[in-house]
Amino acid sequence: MRREGSPWQGLGTVLLKELADHFDSARMVLLGLLMVLAAAVPFYSAVDQIRTTTSEDPFVLLKLFNPGGQTLSVVAILGFVIPVIAVGLGFDAVNGEHNRRTLSRILAQPIYRDALLAGKFLAAIIVLSINLTCLWLLVVGFGVYFLGVPPSGDEFTRALVFLLISIAYAGTWLGMAMLFSVLFRSPATAALLALGVWLFMTLLWPMISPFIAQLVAPPDPRYLLLGVLDPQTAGWQQALSRLSPYLLYEEATRTILTPTTPSLGPLLDQIRQLRGEVVGAALPLRESLAIAWPQAVALIAGAIVLFVATYVVFQRQEVRA
Amino acid sequence: MSEPVISARGLTKRYGEAVVVDALDFDILKGETFGLLGPNGAGKTTTILMMLGLTDVSAGTVMVAGHDPVRQPLEVKRRVGYLPDLVGFYDHMTAVENLTYTARLMGIGRDVREMRIAEALGRVRLSDVADKTVATFSRGMRQRLGLAELIMKRAEIAILDEPTSGLDPQSTHEFLDMIGGLKREGVTILITSHLLDQVQRLCDRVALFRGGNILVMGTVPDLARQVLGAGFVVDVEAAAAPGKELATRLGAIAGVLNVRQTAESTYRLTADHDVRAEAARAVVAADGALTRLSVDNPSLDAIYTRFFEKQTATEGEIRDAA
Repeated sequence: MRREGSPWQGLGTVLLKELADHFDSARMVLLGLLMVLAAAVPFYSAVDQIRTTTSEDPFVLLKLFNPGGQTLSVVAILGFVIPVIAVGLGFDAVNGEHNRRTLSRILAQPIYRDALLAGKFLAAIIVLSINLTCLWLLVVGFGVYFLGVPPSGDEFTRALVFLLISIAYAGTWLGMAMLFSVLFRSPATAALLALGVWLFMTLLWPMISPFIAQLVAPPDPRYLLLGVLDPQTAGWQQALSRLSPYLLYEEATRTILTPTTPSLGPLLDQIRQLRGEVVGAALPLRESLAIAWPQAVALIAGAIVLFVATYVVFQRQEVRA
Repeated sequence: MSEPVISARGLTKRYGEAVVVDALDFDILKGETFGLLGPNGAGKTTTILMMLGLTDVSAGTVMVAGHDPVRQPLEVKRRVGYLPDLVGFYDHMTAVENLTYTARLMGIGRDVREMRIAEALGRVRLSDVADKTVATFSRGMRQRLGLAELIMKRAEIAILDEPTSGLDPQSTHEFLDMIGGLKREGVTILITSHLLDQVQRLCDRVALFRGGNILVMGTVPDLARQVLGAGFVVDVEAAAAPGKELATRLGAIAGVLNVRQTAESTYRLTADHDVRAEAARAVVAADGALTRLSVDNPSLDAIYTRFFEKQTATEGEIRDAA
């Protein structure tokens, strides 16, 4: 049986209301501050580091985001902070309406549930995009101001792609937070679980996945003797690590922001060296994009899959309080 | 009172094995006020949600305002106003902002929106606090704001789920008056409540609902006849002249089913209609001195209590027999 009427009816209204709510809320101010403050420290250390090496480096702007080496970078901080902000915006999206007992009243208006859910998701994505874009502009703007080196077109495009990947990454975590907000009636449970998944994916998974890889595909002793990683084990390790959105984001942004070291794990590097390529030479933008493309698509797909899961669960859920 | 605006045929809701609403058949006529009464967990809210297309129908059909809520929920929801049990609003927004949001969801045009909101708030006497945030509102005020939403919507059908639960007597009274206002405008009203005497005052017809079934349905006097045997209890206090048997005369009145002498000069009549006039005439004809004459209207409370007592008793017997 087909239902009649547009699923988008009321979407604009919900979207505008949610946006207004976000912009009015203290939560939004706090999350924005958190992001700016978290990025400020690595930004300054990056500026400091670059000042000493400007003449040698053709990609100064990109170094602002990711100076390389052991220093804490803006990118690493964003990889950490973006999920917190996304979870902060999404964890009480649906269960909050339940608990305020507004859900049945709103759904008794001539709209479908689709409009409510999509409106909330889009509003949060827009807010996240605005936040990230502001931060991006701050970094680029202050970077040019402090360093006095105008970015090239290539650099600027790479930085822009980095921004888009960051938004996709935020979308994945927002989808996760919203899924939990539908699954759990208590916002506290939803927030804790979402943050738990975030901790697991960003801190624990990078440590655990190599072990699992070695269990699944024990390295051949002959490779150990040669002092290189068994390609099979390395393959598993990479595949497993890519289950974590954090590692996907890290891989994608590293490829885009550091054109000179497109190192994608030992396996690819070995192959490249065997082919006689010089690892360390700057890749053209097209090729960097081609390498980062799967990771970026995976992040977008993650956001979509999580949103669809949220949608399915929400459609089947009872609205009564 | 013409064609039905809500009609259910075999309406059923199952959750797995459990049958929550069991093959309901009922019609609610245009302009009628219909009361749905029953204990908690009887399936009243589920029935309402099925009418609004907010929960799936397991079997059967329901038509609301000429539309099928399963296939055309938007058409149904455009015509029906729903005031949920313990209605909630966005606390950080003012009364007007809350109503503006729903008005936009309803698709009420920008040009008439403000006017209709102001009018609705006036009718529920919330104009003074229109620009205060809802966080400061009492339970009664929230409930009235919910009613303002229905007024603003100009709903053809108003569905009110336990609208007076948790209100103090004064607010309850005011609130019921406002519902009465809707009724006078010709809005069809479906109301569920536990406050039986109040429902009785408002409703044209009521249905007693339990275990997903409508057990009896009809006007309150009808139900009284069905459940209590007879609807009206008339107390007569009169000293009869000696030698004239008053009880016999009272018993001879048409419609009186039973006469009981409760004290030396008081009699209790059970009748199927209000027999006060005839009783007075009988006392006078017997040269009696009429000192008091009163009638108990059939009380929904009594019907409800008696009915569910009977039900429980029957169920008990069945269980004992088994």
